[in-house]
Amino acid sequence: MIVQTMAEMMAQGKQPEVLFWVGAAGSYDDRAKKITRAFVKILQHANVDFAVLGTEESSTGDAAKRAGNEFLFQMQAMMNIEVLNGYNIKKIVTCDPHSFNTLKNEYTNLGGNYEVLHHTQFIQNLIAEGRLKIDDKNLQGKRVTFHDPCYLGRANDVYESPRDLIRRLGVNLTEMKRSKQTALCCGAGGAQMFKDAERGDKEINVLRTEDALETKPDIIATGCPYCNTMMTDGIKFKEKEDSVIVKDIAELIAEANNL
Amino acid sequence: MQYLPNIVFALTLLLGIGFFTINIRKISRNINLGKDLNRNDKKSERLKNMIMIALGQSKMIKRPFSGFLHIVVYVGFIIINIEVLEIIIDGLFGTHRIFKDFLGTQIYGFLIGTFEVLAALVFIAVIIFWIRRNLSNIKRFLSSEMKGWPKKDGNLILYFEMVLMSLFLLMNAADASFQQAGIGNPMSQFITPLFDGFSADSLHLIERTAWWIHILGILVFLNYLYYSKHLHILLAFPNTYYANLNPKGQFNNLEAVTNEVKIMMDPSADPYATPESSEEEAIPEKFGASEVTDLNWVQLMNAYTCTECGRCTSACPANLTGKKLSPRKIMMDTRDRLEEVGRNIDANKGVFKDDGKQLLNDYITPEELWACTSCNACVEECPVNIDPLSIILDMRRYLVMEQSAAPQELNAMMSNIENNGAPWQYNQQDRLNWAKEE
Repeated sequence: MIVQTMAEMMAQGKQPEVLFWVGAAGSYDDRAKKITRAFVKILQHANVDFAVLGTEESSTGDAAKRAGNEFLFQMQAMMNIEVLNGYNIKKIVTCDPHSFNTLKNEYTNLGGNYEVLHHTQFIQNLIAEGRLKIDDKNLQGKRVTFHDPCYLGRANDVYESPRDLIRRLGVNLTEMKRSKQTALCCGAGGAQMFKDAERGDKEINVLRTEDALETKPDIIATGCPYCNTMMTDGIKFKEKEDSVIVKDIAELIAEANNL
Repeated sequence: MQYLPNIVFALTLLLGIGFFTINIRKISRNINLGKDLNRNDKKSERLKNMIMIALGQSKMIKRPFSGFLHIVVYVGFIIINIEVLEIIIDGLFGTHRIFKDFLGTQIYGFLIGTFEVLAALVFIAVIIFWIRRNLSNIKRFLSSEMKGWPKKDGNLILYFEMVLMSLFLLMNAADASFQQAGIGNPMSQFITPLFDGFSADSLHLIERTAWWIHILGILVFLNYLYYSKHLHILLAFPNTYYANLNPKGQFNNLEAVTNEVKIMMDPSADPYATPESSEEEAIPEKFGASEVTDLNWVQLMNAYTCTECGRCTSACPANLTGKKLSPRKIMMDTRDRLEEVGRNIDANKGVFKDDGKQLLNDYITPEELWACTSCNACVEECPVNIDPLSIILDMRRYLVMEQSAAPQELNAMMSNIENNGAPWQYNQQDRLNWAKEE
């Protein structure tokens, strides 16, 4: 697929309406790359004029900050802010709630002020503006449960955007016992993604997968590449990969619309 | 001699309140051992939070059963305290039920009647609380940090409340003229028959005894607060007022780090320049927290406010999966260490003398800190807006930036970010490969 970078845009003297912040997972992780491509298909389908930073994008520093390395975080932040401000970026969309939270909340007092949207919010806007319509036939009747990403939900109080999109797919949205404010973490946040868990009697992603399986879903919908990995691993652990699939909301929309 | 009871009462009251004031001052001194943090902005939003969350108990009812019972005890506690005002005036001036003359029998009867109903409800609620704590297998009351004193403390508070409510009803039941008036005694009238056949004198003695023990009990309870987990009845108000108003996902950016990073990244900075000598730079800033005095005053107030309900721990993904981390223990440890530091200062004429201990390792272990997913479930759960996560983060910062003591895998993740701008070992030049793969 053809995706413009900011550098290319600038060379042509153009300024896109939005920058798509891909994030490390979305750029390198094989599973997350599918989410990235699904979202790009939606953007292209809706004729959104967007660009990415490509090789100029670097880690937001979220994981470093949560691991306690404020130095590394701020160095990453200032480098990214220099690039973003250099391109005069005003609006950013990302599929990663961690990047979303960091860019939106933690860059501001370091000199980075942007309107930052999670992809579910951005897609919601596209629908409201009449630029996108979600097909509610293809996935009709499927039982879907949504796992709230901590950094979208509790961290930033975004609970409705992902649910609104899921409902538009014509599916049967069933909530887990722990959802929205009381949702259980998938186990990846706070830099846990990059280390083994401390000694305990269970893995967090297995506990969360059990929450999801209680709703007898056909699909577990996610809104975060890290949650997606954790839930996918949980489903494998529970040996349910034949009956339950884990997909990002962007992938579900791309699938519903045959993109 | 006629005024002896009044004098004894006044002295007791003075002693009770005086001792309480001394302890409150200690708490305030200890909280101020924390670092400065300006939380004087957005006053109306803060006030609204305090009214909704502390006064209005809006977060308590998220768990409807215990939330409802708590509201019964809370409302009962506040309203019945109007009666304490009457007791104090009566005690000081030797009057008897002064509000009756003041308000008239009807209104007074209605008021005391309401108190009696509330007292009975509080009594029942407290019994249910006791059963929940001691007989039901509610996991959050059985955690390891609740063994010993915390369990005893919780029960003692419940016994206090049971005794105080009983004495209030007993005092009314043994008040012959109050019972004869027959108004305002919806509960105590059922206790009165126990005293059938008692002489007027012995009835009066029972009434006086109950009256005295009741007010003494209240003064003792007031002073017990400082030694217990129960300070939330006072601190819930400032704690919700000064709570964080930013999005929960937003962690503070350390200013000291910002300054250093700016110098590092400034191409025009002279690497060999000697730092400008100013007093502020005399002591290099310590990054993160290894001791209670490295935390800010709001975090320390949080520690005193915690009433050990354990809602945080019961929602913590790490704790639910058997890890050592318990957000409640983080708060209890912070408070216990702060108390220890405070006692040390008192014992050493106002100066802290090194006791070879600190919050990190001696109270909170790295194993607990590294188990946190920063999911904010504990922060969301707390009925009085305590933020255990901010303490966990500040302690991680110390481990990483002062001691380079992160788990190996995290060190690898961080050096990847440093070298190639991603937490994994991929080449930055491959960042756009995803687009070429389809």
